Amino acid sequence: MAKASTGTLYRGREGMWSWVAHRVTGVGIFFFLLVHVLDTALVRVSPEAYNAVIDTYKTPFMAFGEVILVAAIAFHAFNGLRVIAVDFFKGGPANQKKLFWGAMVLWLVIMVAFLWRHIPNSLGGAF
Amino acid sequence: MSAPTIPAPRTGYQRSTAKGSNFELAAWLFMRLSGVLLVILIFGHLIVNMWLGDGVHQIDFAFVAGKWASPFWQIWDLLMLWLAMLHGTNGVRTVILDYAERPATRMTLQVVLYIASLVVVVLGTLVIFTFDPCIAGADFQFCPA
Repeated sequence: MAKASTGTLYRGREGMWSWVAHRVTGVGIFFFLLVHVLDTALVRVSPEAYNAVIDTYKTPFMAFGEVILVAAIAFHAFNGLRVIAVDFFKGGPANQKKLFWGAMVLWLVIMVAFLWRHIPNSLGGAF
Repeated sequence: MSAPTIPAPRTGYQRSTAKGSNFELAAWLFMRLSGVLLVILIFGHLIVNMWLGDGVHQIDFAFVAGKWASPFWQIWDLLMLWLAMLHGTNGVRTVILDYAERPATRMTLQVVLYIASLVVVVLGTLVIFTFDPCIAGADFQFCPA
């Protein structure tokens, strides 16, 4: 969106890229949420309709999608808490880079814990 | 027609006395408050549905019926639905206002967003409150045959 001929205010590094990733993950999660409410609404149609659609979430392809989804949610959650820390705490703005890398460590911990359960769960008898 | 007035030098910044709406401040604050609650609500949702037990393989009609038999999970899911939809709608509104420049585009995208959000919130709320474990096709022992 850079339209200025003399450069822009975008400064790169942790601050800008976490902002970009926060938007991308946020919009992605929102569209999943719309779909997720609709698929859950099938419990009002019939157990068969609900189970048929939910079963598609148990395929290896969707298991991969769930990894992307959880990665996006965990990023948005921890970076969101970082934004709150930057906005509300005295040392926040000065330490925004450290807070970003702290959020990334938490993200990695969550992803390892999730994959440890999700890979055996979603690949069924393979493990 | 009066000539434009030039303020005297060193007048300083005059804060506008026009009382505007506090909507944007409220929206900004809501994003942070709902964000904290959503971290708890969604992580709890993911742990119970995707991590404990058999993970994604345990989810079926009976699993949902088991959860919504308890007001605890009904309220949990209702709060999650409303907070996530309002948080997400306001987030996408911000993105639309940042990137869509033509007034007609800004208006159209916002109208589509608000209609979609309203439909999903109303539908989701109705589903939680009208859920019937003994709907045709359900084979629980406590359901009349």
